[in-house]
Amino acid sequence: MARLVWLIPLFPLVGTLVNALFGRVIGHRAHWIAVPALGASFLASYAVFVRVSGGETYTGDLFQWIAAGSFQTAITAQVDPLSAVMLLVVTGVGFLIHLYSAGYMHGDDGYARFFTYLNLFVFSMVMLVLAGNFLLLYVFWEAVGLCSYLLIGFWYQKQSASDAGKKAFIVNRVGDFGFGLGIMLIWTTFGTLDYGEVFARADASVSVATYTAIALLLFMGACGKSAQLPLHTWLPDAMEGPTPVSALIHAATMVTAGVYMVARSHKLFEMAPVSLEIVAWVGGLTAVFAASIGLVQTDIKRVLAYSTISQLGYMFAGVGVGAYAAGIFHLVTHAFFKALLFLGAGSVIHGLSGEQDLRKMGAIAPRMRVTAVTFVVGAAGLAGLPPLAGFFSKDEILAAAASEGHTLLFLLLLAGAFMTAFYIFRVVFLALFGASRLSHEAAHHVHESPAVMTVPLAVLAGLTVVAGLALGLPSAHGTAFSRFLAPVFPAEEAARGLAVPLVSVVVAVAGVLLAWLMYGRRPVTAEEIAVPKNALHSLLLHKYYVDELYDAVFVRPLFALSGWCARVFDLGVIDGAVNGIGRLVVAWAQGLRRVQTGFVMNYALGMLAGAVAIVAFLLARAR
Amino acid sequence: MLLSAVTFLPAVGAVVIALLPRGQERLARSLALLTALAAFVISLPLYTGFDGGQAAYQFVENRDWMPSLGIAYHLGIDGISLLLILLTTFLMPLAILSSWHSIERRWKEFAVTMLLLETGMLGVFVALDLFLFYVFWEATLIPMYLIIGIWGGKNRVYAAIKFVLYTLAGSVLMLVAILALYFQHGAATGIYTFDLPVLARYVMPAGLGQNLMFLAFALAFAIKVPMFPFHTWLPDAHVEAPTAGSVILAGVLLKMGTYGFLRFSLPLFPQSSLLFAPWIVALAIIGIIYGAWVSTAQPDMKKLVAYSSVSHLGLVMLGLFVLNAQGLVGGIIQMVNHGLSTGALFLLVGMVYERRHTRLIADLGGLWKVMPAYSVIFLIVTLSSLGLPGLNGFVGEFLILVGAFQWNWAVAALATTGIIFAAVYMLWMYQRVVFGEVTREENRRLPDLSAREWVVLLPVLLFIVWIGVYPAPFTGVTETSVQALLAQVQAKAAATTAAMVPK
Repeated sequence: MARLVWLIPLFPLVGTLVNALFGRVIGHRAHWIAVPALGASFLASYAVFVRVSGGETYTGDLFQWIAAGSFQTAITAQVDPLSAVMLLVVTGVGFLIHLYSAGYMHGDDGYARFFTYLNLFVFSMVMLVLAGNFLLLYVFWEAVGLCSYLLIGFWYQKQSASDAGKKAFIVNRVGDFGFGLGIMLIWTTFGTLDYGEVFARADASVSVATYTAIALLLFMGACGKSAQLPLHTWLPDAMEGPTPVSALIHAATMVTAGVYMVARSHKLFEMAPVSLEIVAWVGGLTAVFAASIGLVQTDIKRVLAYSTISQLGYMFAGVGVGAYAAGIFHLVTHAFFKALLFLGAGSVIHGLSGEQDLRKMGAIAPRMRVTAVTFVVGAAGLAGLPPLAGFFSKDEILAAAASEGHTLLFLLLLAGAFMTAFYIFRVVFLALFGASRLSHEAAHHVHESPAVMTVPLAVLAGLTVVAGLALGLPSAHGTAFSRFLAPVFPAEEAARGLAVPLVSVVVAVAGVLLAWLMYGRRPVTAEEIAVPKNALHSLLLHKYYVDELYDAVFVRPLFALSGWCARVFDLGVIDGAVNGIGRLVVAWAQGLRRVQTGFVMNYALGMLAGAVAIVAFLLARAR
Repeated sequence: MLLSAVTFLPAVGAVVIALLPRGQERLARSLALLTALAAFVISLPLYTGFDGGQAAYQFVENRDWMPSLGIAYHLGIDGISLLLILLTTFLMPLAILSSWHSIERRWKEFAVTMLLLETGMLGVFVALDLFLFYVFWEATLIPMYLIIGIWGGKNRVYAAIKFVLYTLAGSVLMLVAILALYFQHGAATGIYTFDLPVLARYVMPAGLGQNLMFLAFALAFAIKVPMFPFHTWLPDAHVEAPTAGSVILAGVLLKMGTYGFLRFSLPLFPQSSLLFAPWIVALAIIGIIYGAWVSTAQPDMKKLVAYSSVSHLGLVMLGLFVLNAQGLVGGIIQMVNHGLSTGALFLLVGMVYERRHTRLIADLGGLWKVMPAYSVIFLIVTLSSLGLPGLNGFVGEFLILVGAFQWNWAVAALATTGIIFAAVYMLWMYQRVVFGEVTREENRRLPDLSAREWVVLLPVLLFIVWIGVYPAPFTGVTETSVQALLAQVQAKAAATTAAMVPK
């Protein structure tokens, strides 16, 4: 299996290098390199998956990486059922989005550059999943962050795009500050960073306080990467990137890395129950917080961005209550339906010549049939309508919360589910149906996207329909999905009652219904959509003023402080002291110069005074 | 003989160039490049012939010089100096090549000065005799003074004098301490010598004497590094120096300070080192954070990079004074990394300056459109400087932080904030220079990298990636020497502490 495993990252790496070095020559044929690279990578992942299904695992080193004294780390790959699932999602969804991009990015000046970054991202993400130790996880964690930075700021001439890229990088660095310290604490505690050894040594001989510190530091990194409170602010801005990027990086794969990390190191989290509690609550609060903002946004991609933050919250709530397989299952189904929704939104934007504002959409379903049908499938999946994938995965998280005795958390998640159904069908009604609010220009040009874009939509819609039924049907031994992950996560308890699924379906349907009542039943005008009706609406529209708060509390004071340090303290005080000493010496010397009068009388007087002083001194000592 | 050959080859080249007839500027230029390249080539066997498993000094040359005073011509290298020597011989040809067109007058004199500077710097890294070391140490001052003062910018005289006076003030005290050490050792053992290995074996009693000597050495080195609050000569010197001067100043000269701490302060004054370590760590932390803050507010690219050096070298100092294997190896690797990354940043700033005659960030913007290749390389170097994993900076940074974490987690946490700030100031500068629309007419037709500039940048890029991906060839050679140094410090500290305890 060794060769097969290393092939998975190799293909996209080669694709990156070819497009990076020869991009100018390749130009608009770049997809002929990048897309097959992903296809090959997917096939290799599938082959690995088949072997893992047969019970095989793999752990192997490429070479010794950083070593000093007792600190030793290697480039290690590790494949187990968890990584096999992640690999399939990353390369599979990645392949579809690469394909789609060939249509979406057609004619862009930076076509080859785009595919270079996109391949580099998949390489990094695959390595993140394959990593067999915490340091390597961190390395590719930062590497996917770099790709995110580059792709958010892909249209670099736009100030807002490069601002958003920078913001994403810096906010993630704040999270990685904790992640990095967590890794150091793991090493000083266990003397190794290898997953296998760390988890094997994680026993009661280490204090709970240490485990709590490790877990929370790691989770700080997860909050950054997966845009959880309070580090969520970068993800909505990340929508400045091209839509396929939003689908691949900021919905389906990279942002789920935090969930993967917590699930991967669940042994450490379990040693510190408080930390799991915190994970669950941060997830639950983020789920509702972000969903509430999504209720009122007017930019189609921003709604989806807040939706992603909210859904990631569900995943964290799942792993936080110990339902790891459920959290990962939601990660997988979310990758399908959220990628579908983003690509669908991209198709709409493409069809409307770049329009993203819900206020200027409406009634385009008849002219973009494939897009509309698949988008509705995705929306239903997200809303958790049975029998789509989202229903099964979200239901498992809700059921786990209910049965673990987290009643309050359960109610929170239920409220979130209601909002989810509402906001996504609000988008459906506003964008696809109802009255047309299109500009004359846009209305004239509305067209369905080419097959290279609609085929991935259809495939993802198909996955959204079947994934739940195929993998998520509960039985006495858990779902098919949780059985597959049983080697990583101990098997979950038996099937649950019907109460939770029933309630969640009712809530979801209610959400859809309310959306229909408000936006579907009758035509709405642009003003109705966005003009704040009351203080709460305004608060949501302004995203709880979190960006403004951070700006006032962190950004401005920091810039003021650095300006003061540079202009006042460094030049005035420190350098002032240096130059002051210099001036003092000069002044002293000039003072001394005055002593050198050239008059013999003065010198004689000086000598006399000196002689008297010496004699006095000697006399004093002699006594 | 190899060490002498490497050290003095540049000086020989300088003499030859000095003897050229007037007006042979182009020939002087080519000869300078050839000499620097030759020095690089003959320094390579130092690496291939180096036995990384051995802690003792290698390639040793020891000849009497002034035997009556105990002064010898004693050279040798270990895993601590090896990489710095290679860094010096590696950067020098690039610095000379980068000056090809930007130095417009007195090329002959420039070539002579640069090559003499190289000999001085190499001498500092190979000398094992304190007297010899001091001669080389001071010898580097004069060429740098000339480079800033003659080929520098508008305010060059102020910057040059400040540089010389400031560093001289520090090194004079060091000379006093060297003499004090010489006499104390002589009085105690009867052997009057400046020989470093001999002096390092001497177990000096702890107390005021050792502390004063330590402080005198530390001041000289701290100014050179420069550590906060002794750093204000650096931005002035960098802004006024020509590109080649900045590359060498940041790449090599600053490392003489950190190297001095390793080579002299730690083994000669172990108790004082341990005693003052918390203070040095504190200054290092302040330097990391303060340097980053001040960088953020700089409107001039070169000044920004100069202040970032204060931050980066704070990190190196932190690694050295947490006194464990990870910190020391990380610190040494980070010296090399800083030389490569910051050297490359100065080269890149210089390339823009040659085209636009400005270094103000506000005058640039949108360069990706006009200079894509330049922008890509600038991006990689920027990322290397802010410590992105996979590039060189991360390896050193991470080891230093792991070392610091063992010493005290809070110190590591504070130092790690510097890494957040590094992303802020580097990415913000990069954004303002490279992204956005081209707003100024003058920037619309800037030529992308020339062949010569590619040749200057590619070698640096190679090592930036190499050290990031596969650091073993670099960390491997330092490890044994670092372990030996640590053992020596601990043994000596324990020996005197035991002697002081009444039985």
